[in-house]
Amino acid sequence: MTFNRRDFLKISAGGIAVTAFPYIAHAAPDLMKKKGQRVVIIGAGFGGATCAKYLRMWGDKKVEVVLIERNPNFISCPMSNTVLGGSRTMADITHKYDALTKKYGVKMLQGEVIAIDPEKQTVALAKGYLKYDRLIISPGIGLMYDQVQGLTKQVAEEQIPHAWKAGPQTALLRKQLEAMSDGGVYLLSIPKAPYRCPPGPYERACQVAFYFKQHKPKSKVIVLDANPDITSKKGLFTAAWNTLYPGMIDYRPNAQVMAIDVAGRVANTEFDKVKADVLNIIPPMRAGKAADLAGVVNVDKRWCAVDFLSYESKVHKNIHIIGDAVSAALPKSGHMANSQAKVCAAAVIELLSGNAPNANPVVNNTCYSMVSDKEAMHVANVFRFNSEKQAMVSAEGGGVSEKSSEEEGSFAKYWAKNIWSDVLR
Amino acid sequence: MKLFAGTLLMLLLATPAVADVDKPTRSLAATCAACHGTNGKSVGGTSVLAGVDKAEFIKQMNGFKSGQIKATVMHQHSKGYTDEEIELMGAYFAAQSRE
Repeated sequence: MTFNRRDFLKISAGGIAVTAFPYIAHAAPDLMKKKGQRVVIIGAGFGGATCAKYLRMWGDKKVEVVLIERNPNFISCPMSNTVLGGSRTMADITHKYDALTKKYGVKMLQGEVIAIDPEKQTVALAKGYLKYDRLIISPGIGLMYDQVQGLTKQVAEEQIPHAWKAGPQTALLRKQLEAMSDGGVYLLSIPKAPYRCPPGPYERACQVAFYFKQHKPKSKVIVLDANPDITSKKGLFTAAWNTLYPGMIDYRPNAQVMAIDVAGRVANTEFDKVKADVLNIIPPMRAGKAADLAGVVNVDKRWCAVDFLSYESKVHKNIHIIGDAVSAALPKSGHMANSQAKVCAAAVIELLSGNAPNANPVVNNTCYSMVSDKEAMHVANVFRFNSEKQAMVSAEGGGVSEKSSEEEGSFAKYWAKNIWSDVLR
Repeated sequence: MKLFAGTLLMLLLATPAVADVDKPTRSLAATCAACHGTNGKSVGGTSVLAGVDKAEFIKQMNGFKSGQIKATVMHQHSKGYTDEEIELMGAYFAAQSRE
């Protein structure tokens, strides 16, 4: 097929990259000729990187695994709030991918996926395309900037960071907090659930208050929560705010930020206008871009429905989705993505050999929140597959800490160390 | 330490049989890895599960379940697994080398 004007018009009118694919596939080169069975994974976060490692480890290195990631390094969202608090640095939460290649033989490709063809089973990057037998997408979250008037990707990157993907925006937000004068106001807005990391925003309020308490004790934290109440570990966060940071955190429920004034640093809710010195607007979320390119977003135009035995899409065969993008009654956490990745890896190995996947998958989640530099608390749950409901349901015994403690602060650090290693090394 | 002695004995008596590992059991044991390291080889802070004697593993898990052993989080996770699953995980970790 040659590229002609009619195709170009079709592409422009369609406006989505999938339409453009036939052109890209034939014009660009095959980046790696496929010999044996190949799994391509998009996204090397907690889900994708774990999946790559376990596919190689459990598949006796028989299956070729190509892992595509846009960033050169792994930057951990868990623990990134402590960078804002000042007890960790960006270097502490940044990790290399090299062991995946050296130890497990994962082929890493740094780049941006621009198209996915579920029929031809190909993934395209700007420089060429790749064929796959199975595609695993671990796209993380996409941010719905258009839900907050005045907020754009560029505004978030340069002035009003969400810092909900750890990276340059985490560093920017920390800088803004450092530059703020004592007596200033930091405003955090939380979107309606579901969003990535349910306790994360409340942990962030703790961490910013921790920094203020040390360095800017006259400053305030205002939390505008679109939800009717604290969505996770409510009692524990309320206790931490009252005991560690009395009078510093002003929590306002049912306060959805609809618009912002970028220059004036003002956030507008339905009833109120709130001025701050540092604005931290976390917009509503949906599945990340790669899920759109594959056309697997089929729940509320935001999330992806999957078969929980294999994480295969309910829309397209041979495409699996793991992590935050999955539509499920499971927490959207790094730990959960790591858990799902292993179920998916085991299932894909079986499916590639023509066998049925494990009929009784079990996953778990442990989510620590650091309320200061030393103290933490957790929520923990085991989830198992319920065949009647075709869903993952909470098993017996789950729950939260009695109270935050330094002992759990140590466990949170051990958790981070071990999960980073389980994902990457 | 009892746990340590049990582990030493295990290392002396058994060579891990990696080849014929039961896959659902392997997946079950992998649910511990986020905190206890890949294949139970903790890289710091949490207990190493690799090479732990099966009976000792089961005893600990049941201790967490009943509340006899005080814990910050394991009293919750242990209740999420059936007795059969705990046995399978115990067998898996006992067969893992510490190296």
